[in-house]
Amino acid sequence: MARTHVTTPLRGGIPRPLRGLVIPLVLLVAWWAAVRFGWSTSPLLVAPGKVWQTGVDQVASGKVFAALGASLWRDLAGFAIGATAGLLFGALLGASRLAEKFIGPSFHTLKQISLFAWIPLLSVWFGLGDAAKVAFLSLAAFFPVVLNTFEGIRSVPPDLLEVARVLRFTSAQRWRKVILPSASPAIFAGIHLGLIYAWLATLGAEYLLVSGQGIGNLMIDGREHFWMDMVLFGVFVVGLVGFTLNWIASRIEARALAWRGRSVAQF
Amino acid sequence: MERSWPLDFDSADLAPETRAPARPAVPAWLGDWLLAWPLPLAVLALWALAAHFEWIAPQVLPSPEAVALTFKESLLSGELWANLQISLVRVFAGFAIGLVGGLALGVAMGLSPTVKDYVYPLFKAFAQVPVLGWLPLLMLLVGIDEALKIILISKAALVPIALNTYKGIQNVPTRFIEVGRVLRFTRWQMLTRVVFPAALAPIWNGIRYGLTHAWLALVVVELLASSEGLGYMIVYGRQLFQLDVVLAAVVVVGAVGYALDKGLAAIEKRLLGWRKEAF
Repeated sequence: MARTHVTTPLRGGIPRPLRGLVIPLVLLVAWWAAVRFGWSTSPLLVAPGKVWQTGVDQVASGKVFAALGASLWRDLAGFAIGATAGLLFGALLGASRLAEKFIGPSFHTLKQISLFAWIPLLSVWFGLGDAAKVAFLSLAAFFPVVLNTFEGIRSVPPDLLEVARVLRFTSAQRWRKVILPSASPAIFAGIHLGLIYAWLATLGAEYLLVSGQGIGNLMIDGREHFWMDMVLFGVFVVGLVGFTLNWIASRIEARALAWRGRSVAQF
Repeated sequence: MERSWPLDFDSADLAPETRAPARPAVPAWLGDWLLAWPLPLAVLALWALAAHFEWIAPQVLPSPEAVALTFKESLLSGELWANLQISLVRVFAGFAIGLVGGLALGVAMGLSPTVKDYVYPLFKAFAQVPVLGWLPLLMLLVGIDEALKIILISKAALVPIALNTYKGIQNVPTRFIEVGRVLRFTRWQMLTRVVFPAALAPIWNGIRYGLTHAWLALVVVELLASSEGLGYMIVYGRQLFQLDVVLAAVVVVGAVGYALDKGLAAIEKRLLGWRKEAF
């Protein structure tokens, strides 16, 4: 790939950082024009201004915050339970060959079941309320955390463990100073994935276990009443929350792993 | 193993694996195989006992025999096959669209910085909203027919494929490109002999993720809006409180997911096998 020739910043007239805005702006103008000039008579074609107005109303009346609060509370509760259980279980599988051989195959079989297929079963066992939703969210976070923790611990270089043995580390020291630091990138990757899956599962749980309130219920309501503006606003909020969760997880990951960038010579 | 460490230690400190391994009484694979079974069998036994003594109502947890029987019946009556076939056709149709679109988008963004500048921010925003976020919107726009399922499944497959293809091409080491330049490769040769082979592993990873996500999306969209398919079997069983139907369908969903992943892993071995010989 001859990439050198594109480094000139002003080729094509539009500055590079602004180019990403071109297509969204064109789409927005086309949308506005479609409404303005009546290209379609479908009631689903709402004006961009109306979506904006709905958003402002929702924010001003606090409805969106109530829904979002309910969703996020469940999301974080389920994530906390699932990630904690996942860390412990992953560490057990990673540290003990016997545990891996004994429990591992059953775990890998269960993992194959598509996440959302659990919902109907959970709804019979836990009802349609928050208990079933939180149980489902923990399950969504559990699997990626277990897998990554397990892989991380298994790929601790044997040399490091040998050094720990030479230094006669106790078991606690070995975990604190060798195994966990060495496995931390994989563990954080698992937690990050768990967070993303839990958010996806939050929406799924609200669609499938329709009771209570949440951002998913808001969108389902909008769909049932053919409120396109509400649905579009919901899509925007869902994207924003996913983006924010992702960003927070990346920041924590970067901070927690910052020491890895330091030179070994400092020790 | 002969090693000299600066510290003295006794042989008990040696890692077990550095000692000559004792000849095991049973071969390793048989030992592993035997160890894997007690847990599922114990769970199954507990389940059978719970059902037999009616510790749990059969509406909440049907007996293992009932599940096995339902499984057999729906297999013999063809109901299971028919639903499985419908689901598989949907997933492959959606995945094929997502694959073609994702590869095209990923290659275009990877090779052309101009395309990347214009398209990537929108693509990222699009990817940020999960499949389930788009669902209510699409239901309004296209209804709840086949189109909805195919679009959602292809979206689920497209995002990881496009992203991994793009990143894979971006991350081709500059050294490789330099070698290509030295050899005076034409643009086409550069693509087919340097860029694509070097980016194949991440692209393939994206394809695997894409198929996994497509299967996940299929199940959820069939649970939400369908009147046939494996997901519908689950919903239908749930509504009638026939948990044996639900469990039988869940087993099939898991088995198909497993088979799809293993199938791609087998292709990967053939496709990327050459990499190991190179080093």
